[in-house]
Amino acid sequence: MTYDVPLLPGESPDIEQTTATAGEGWPLWEVFVRARRGISHVHIGSLHAPDPESALQNARDVYTRRGEGVSLWVVPSSEIHAFEPEDLVDYVEANEKVYRHATTYDIPDEVGHM
Amino acid sequence: MTPEEHFEAIVAAEDKIEPTDWMPEAYRGTLIRQIAQHAHSEVIGMQPEGNWISRAPTLHRKAILMAKVQDEAGHGLYLYSAAETLGVGRDELQELLHQGKHKYSSIFNYPTLSWADIGAIGWLVDGAAITNQVMLTRCSYGPYSRGMVRICKEESFHQRQGYEILIRLCQGSPEQKAMAQDALDRWWWPSLMMFGPHDTDSTHTEQSMQWKIKRVSNDDLRQQFVDMTVPQADYLGLTMPDPALKWNEERGHYDFGEIDWDEFWTVVKGNGPMNRDRIEHKVRAWDQGEWVREAAATHAAKTSAAAATRLTGAAAAGVGK
Repeated sequence: MTYDVPLLPGESPDIEQTTATAGEGWPLWEVFVRARRGISHVHIGSLHAPDPESALQNARDVYTRRGEGVSLWVVPSSEIHAFEPEDLVDYVEANEKVYRHATTYDIPDEVGHM
Repeated sequence: MTPEEHFEAIVAAEDKIEPTDWMPEAYRGTLIRQIAQHAHSEVIGMQPEGNWISRAPTLHRKAILMAKVQDEAGHGLYLYSAAETLGVGRDELQELLHQGKHKYSSIFNYPTLSWADIGAIGWLVDGAAITNQVMLTRCSYGPYSRGMVRICKEESFHQRQGYEILIRLCQGSPEQKAMAQDALDRWWWPSLMMFGPHDTDSTHTEQSMQWKIKRVSNDDLRQQFVDMTVPQADYLGLTMPDPALKWNEERGHYDFGEIDWDEFWTVVKGNGPMNRDRIEHKVRAWDQGEWVREAAATHAAKTSAAAATRLTGAAAAGVGK
């Protein structure tokens, strides 16, 4: 099956504008699921819902239909703050400070496991 | 390193592009088109199968079919979410579908005439979808690739339940076996068409392959599907509706006949048996849900206003200090 849409003769591959505006409708929520006890919640996807209860109910129905989790969080997407990737990549000092890594220290074999 | 070089380095390293990365506008546009068409296909794909929920032969089959149709809705949602990471709204994409400006997979423009069609759809249509979607798990765009991993896990159930329906029919009365054969006769060629035009006629395969959105060509995927499916038809004791279908020892693949490309383009252009019905039904369902959306929005506004009042009251009473 192919999802790259066959173009008809004379049809443009450009993205068309619509009358609908982005941002209309229900707010977007990010969904986090704890797959089993003992591990952290992990981001699993997102969905639209009018309020937290509906967001949770929809998240349960969409993301845990086969027992994928024992706990669910929903967070408004607008409440997630993030660095731009380049802001992290440029933080080069982290990689230069090799002395932060345990493997940079030579411990004689006789000492055994440390 | 320029943003463009950075993008190309990530793609070359088989790493994934993520939403906040710089990407060429054409890469973004191609992905939006493809993911939207994929999402629309999942959503419209609920209709041919939904047609048989009320007529499933047993309660068990009805429960399975409802679970499968619910999965399709979920798949549509994963995909719209992936498209939204590219800066386009779900409502906006749905509006393009309703206006007929966006397409969905042509396979869903064929009618489901008998219960055996539900078996054939699971086996062939979902089988073809899996062939493509397994490839797409290796797509260079992170959110699309991750959505595909989830979808592929669920599609396996879809294909197996369909094939099992056909096993039961083929073990049944001569009439039941004839029903299975009729479904195969009608769904085989449209299933092969799902892989799209020949590589030589495919307008944007080359660029998509370069960007690693697409990893295997249409014709190679189609061949893979034929090779996998023919032995499964043999097991059922059904005959493929293609006199040219024959194992080619030298190639190590099945040879098969030419697809009716006139039919393919007729359906793509909107003139298949069910094109108008599918969109009319989709728009009607959306319109009829208007009061539910309004009620949900009103409820959300009321509860958040009530919560704000409680908070203000609590603050005034010094609670939480």
